[in-house]
Amino acid sequence: MSRPVAISERGRGQSHALEIADVSKRFSVAGRQVQALSHIHLAVDKGEFVSIVGASGCGKSTLLRLVLGLDTDYDGDIRVDGQRVERPGLDRSIVFQEHRLLPWLNVEANVAAALRQSRLGAAERGELVRDHLHLVGLDQFAKAYPAQLSGGMAQRVAIARALVTKPRFLLLDEPLGALDALTRLRLQDELQRIVRHEGTTAVLVTHDVDEAVYLGDRIVIMHPHPGRIATILPVTEAVSRDRSDPNFIRLRDEVLSWLGVARTGNDADAELARRSA
Amino acid sequence: MSLIAIAGRERLSHIAPPPLRFIGRHLRPLAVPIALLVIWELLARAGAADPRFLPSLEEVVARGVAEFSRGGLGFNLLASLERDLIGFVCGSVAGIALGLAIGFSRLIERLLGPVLLVHRQIALFAWVPLISMWFGGGEAGKIVFIALAAFQPTLINTWQGVSGIPRSYRELADVLTFSWFDFARIIALPGALPQIFTGLHAALIYAWTATVGAELLLNIAPGIGGRMNEGQHLFHMDLLLLCVLLLGGVGVVFNVIAGSLERRLLRWRIP
Repeated sequence: MSRPVAISERGRGQSHALEIADVSKRFSVAGRQVQALSHIHLAVDKGEFVSIVGASGCGKSTLLRLVLGLDTDYDGDIRVDGQRVERPGLDRSIVFQEHRLLPWLNVEANVAAALRQSRLGAAERGELVRDHLHLVGLDQFAKAYPAQLSGGMAQRVAIARALVTKPRFLLLDEPLGALDALTRLRLQDELQRIVRHEGTTAVLVTHDVDEAVYLGDRIVIMHPHPGRIATILPVTEAVSRDRSDPNFIRLRDEVLSWLGVARTGNDADAELARRSA
Repeated sequence: MSLIAIAGRERLSHIAPPPLRFIGRHLRPLAVPIALLVIWELLARAGAADPRFLPSLEEVVARGVAEFSRGGLGFNLLASLERDLIGFVCGSVAGIALGLAIGFSRLIERLLGPVLLVHRQIALFAWVPLISMWFGGGEAGKIVFIALAAFQPTLINTWQGVSGIPRSYRELADVLTFSWFDFARIIALPGALPQIFTGLHAALIYAWTATVGAELLLNIAPGIGGRMNEGQHLFHMDLLLLCVLLLGGVGVVFNVIAGSLERRLLRWRIP
């Protein structure tokens, strides 16, 4: 997995896979202007896994919508391989927090729905669908309906649907946020394995700091009102992918302190205990 | 009386062998109708009611046997069903087509929505005089009236079904770069289907009600309503009651057919 490369180290003229340059976005809510994003700069390299963390309302999901091309009304520039994003395209896939599977289609048909616009023949499409169901470990459930699946399984199908088009970018909008803690841990490993296997560039939006550190090559920390990037922390090789490793915990605490949660869990518990005594 | 019967059967269902339990469970919905029939028969036999106004159940059954064996009522029932079916198909096809158009197009919704909401406020039977003037009281007028009855619920439900497709699914269609046709075929139509069925189901019942209404209020023609007119004028109470039972029976059969079709076509809703 490629490690972060500072922007200045790159040669001039060589474009990043994804380049977000001075992007601002305003909404009008009940007649009042709300600044959702303010002067966002972010460059993502091919094959990189970027985590974006921040409190709710910091505009992280809005940023994903802009990258997807669902909303083109913003200031600044978003470029994929130097091309300005004008509309949604199959080179960018997304997994939402809710699986958004169509309940009237079975698992296979849900994944195949992403290939409606592809030029491939029926046999090739079928093979792609089978491969990706295998990738997420659901070969046995091709004919099942979403209502018959658990939350974790449904989200795996959503991941298969997002990857079946072989996108260059996988955008993840709190994809594991609605799952129980155990399933979430299991799917984090799976997500890491799958993204590596496919060689996709990934941008993950999450409010789970552990998840951000565990999965990201870089961690973008955003602050709200207006939504802006506070800092970008690299996840160095020294931070092993072990949640109880001291380096992992140190980095996690650093992220937490950037988010305004200075104390670690134990200290906070002690504080609570003292106050209630 | 019926309460005791139900309680007894309930207790039976716990200890009874499976076949009896099966019968017990399936007969339960029939307990009250059967009890009502028994009360009717008892009242008629005890002489508590004037037999000219409330003939006994036996008389009605005898009338039914005679009518059906001579083919009179069977023919009338078929005439009513044919009228009902033609009106239902015309009205619900129009309702679904217009409902889809309004659901898909903002422009059409804005143009027609208010008119249709006003139209909804007008009682169905208020159209009878107008329809009889425009289309006559014959077969055409009757079918137009039945179609109008089927039109309303299918239109409203199809419209709401399509416009009720969640925003998140529309967004999904955008992300997957669906064409308009793909969106309609893969997302909007199947998504609206449960509600379209609700509309069709209601339309089936409305159309049947309207069939009898049309037969009673417009020109006399072969049909259950026609026979009811006859029963009223000739003071044949047994014929009248027989027709009422028949109407209810047909309604129940429609309900059962619609319910089982709905379950079969919307299997994905049941985990």
